[in-house]
Amino acid sequence: MWKLFNQITRHGLCTEKPGSLTRPSSATSLTPDTNHGSDPGLTQTPSEIPVLCAAPRDLAPHEAHQRLLKIVGRALTIRAVDAGSCNGCELEMHALSNPYYNLEGAGIRFVASPRHADLLLVTGPVARNMVQALLRAIEATPRPRYVVALGECACSGGLFGESYATHGALSEVTPVDLCIPGCPPEPGFILQCLLTFLERLPASRLPA
Amino acid sequence: MTSSAPPLQRTILQRLLQELCPDCQRLPGPFPVWHGPCPGAQWWPLAQRIHQAGGRLVALWPDAHATLLHVTYALEETLAWVWLELGKAQKIPDLSPLFPAANRLQRAAVDLADFSLAFDAPDQRPWLDHGCWLREQSAPPQPYAFVPVTGEGVHEIAVGPIHAGIIEPGHFRFSVVGEKVLRLEAHLGYTHKGAAARWRQRPALLGHELAARLCGDSTVAYSWAFCMALEAALDWRVAERTLWLRALLLERERVANHLGDLGALGNDAGFAVGLAHFSRLREDWLRLSKALFGHRLLMDSILPGGVRTDLDKTQCALLHAQCVALEPELLTLRDIYEGHAGLQDRFGTTGQVLPGLARQLGLTGLAGRASGMAADLRCHGNWAPYNALDVQAALREEGDVAARVAVRFDETLESLRLIRLILDHLPAPGPAVAAQQNLASTHAVRGLGRVEGWRGEIQVALQLENHRDSLTLRDIHLHDPSWQNWPVLEHAILGNIVPDFPLINKSFNLCYSGHDQ
Ligand code: SF4
Repeated sequence: MWKLFNQITRHGLCTEKPGSLTRPSSATSLTPDTNHGSDPGLTQTPSEIPVLCAAPRDLAPHEAHQRLLKIVGRALTIRAVDAGSCNGCELEMHALSNPYYNLEGAGIRFVASPRHADLLLVTGPVARNMVQALLRAIEATPRPRYVVALGECACSGGLFGESYATHGALSEVTPVDLCIPGCPPEPGFILQCLLTFLERLPASRLPA
Repeated sequence: MTSSAPPLQRTILQRLLQELCPDCQRLPGPFPVWHGPCPGAQWWPLAQRIHQAGGRLVALWPDAHATLLHVTYALEETLAWVWLELGKAQKIPDLSPLFPAANRLQRAAVDLADFSLAFDAPDQRPWLDHGCWLREQSAPPQPYAFVPVTGEGVHEIAVGPIHAGIIEPGHFRFSVVGEKVLRLEAHLGYTHKGAAARWRQRPALLGHELAARLCGDSTVAYSWAFCMALEAALDWRVAERTLWLRALLLERERVANHLGDLGALGNDAGFAVGLAHFSRLREDWLRLSKALFGHRLLMDSILPGGVRTDLDKTQCALLHAQCVALEPELLTLRDIYEGHAGLQDRFGTTGQVLPGLARQLGLTGLAGRASGMAADLRCHGNWAPYNALDVQAALREEGDVAARVAVRFDETLESLRLIRLILDHLPAPGPAVAAQQNLASTHAVRGLGRVEGWRGEIQVALQLENHRDSLTLRDIHLHDPSWQNWPVLEHAILGNIVPDFPLINKSFNLCYSGHDQ
């Protein structure tokens, strides 16, 4: 058992040197498809949604924690909503919690209820069968809340696009604050996108 | 002395087909697949005879134009793929008394065929169609009619479609007394994306991209099965080295998923250290995949006729070294899992499916091998390179969470052995395979691919057509083993307590997206 605990202390916390996170190579090509007709009722059209195409720079988890504390001054809570994904994006979200990225160490936590969440990470090409549940989850999230499209499917509809069974881009059904492209986006990239997004938020939109 | 070909031994399935569906023909491919029409009067007798002979139903689906109903049965390594011509106002016999998995397959078939076919079955509830699709005929949007359980003290717990953790969506309805589960009924279909329709709009030779994105954890298995079907239909010859590299990718995918699941299973039983270690091992594994194959989950690594990346000597050495490094860690963790009283207390006898029930319900794949169902495609057929690797399939009889954990450990260790074997015997790069012809064959051709993914047998059946000089898919169907195993999960939970459901569910780890499509 001691051997195990030793290993955890070696691998578990903030052990990665800056520069060890990998950048997604294909991110730049995965911007949202702006050809989608957007709902005139939306506050933002898809083309206005910020898309972080390249990570600003590599970041170590302890540095991420410092930055997060500076921005929000407390933990950031996330509720993941799968709106028809292939599970690839979910696997990478899971990876965020492994000892390498140590998400909770950076003060970011996945929570079980949208009522406890600041931010919704939505994946998949918005299957029509999931729309009702998705909109309810968004409604249940207290303001100020952020809706983030994770993965190419949620950003633009991806390969599945719009069909009898899917809406395509998440922005077709709800206003979106941020698109994180990639199929699936890699964990380090997700983390960097979230932090950069929070950093750029005007003070009025930060969680109280 | 001249050697003569050995007399062709007919399998039981072949004899049955010859008797009942005499027009069946053998399709090309590594597994014997017999394909042809089934006369309406023989639909039920064929199913019955196959059932008697110990065969199993694999998949059932309507074609894109709702004119044919296809079904595949497997008996030993042979597969029968027969179709029934759909007439007007004809009630098709219900196969679910023989094969319980047919219930949902048939209901999904009705949904997908726009209600233009009907089964003579008691359960007529829609399955994939929740009344939200944009189609002329859709099920009316009404609450799903779960089977009610009545009695003193019985109450229902409704969970989903959005679950507490980061998992795919589906609804579970528990009927419980106190903590004890009396009945569980799942309602799936939330992630239906109309994938088959999307496939038909794209060039057939780009279909592998969609196949890679049908189920993110089985992307290699689906891509290979798709390419196997396409290559069989076009009668392409694939280089030996390509097949070996594909097997390497498939085994890497198996290991990655087992590592993830073993950690999550420890965590669900309150052993967070297990999760920390296994997720660290998984991350190392994925990072090497990214470095050598360009994608952490290996998406798009298999293309029709080939693989995306070849390996040089140094890269092979890296892969080899990773297996050597992982094995002792895995053995240590297995000792810890097996020796930990708390874990064994949670794992043992939890969510038990005994071999008798498994056989009756048609449990397949990894979960099947934990319940005494010795079926692993890698041990059968003429499937290169597995026919040269002598795969030792894992097998346990207990059918509980502990057995499914043990099968995962055994399979991971076996995969580590196979990966090293593959690396040691990787055929030298041959001359480039001659330009593949056959792109312009005039009439529609069919092909079928079968691959033992980490969850179980994945099957892709497709029909090509030459549409205005470009090759398109006239029809495609992908089958996930979760179709067979979801109903069994509902049995596995019976008599267990609600808090054990996440553990039991994880031990099966069934697929939503591959099931809903
Ligand atoms: S973006 Fe890619 S990984 Fe994510 S759900 Fe879509 S297909 Fe899957």
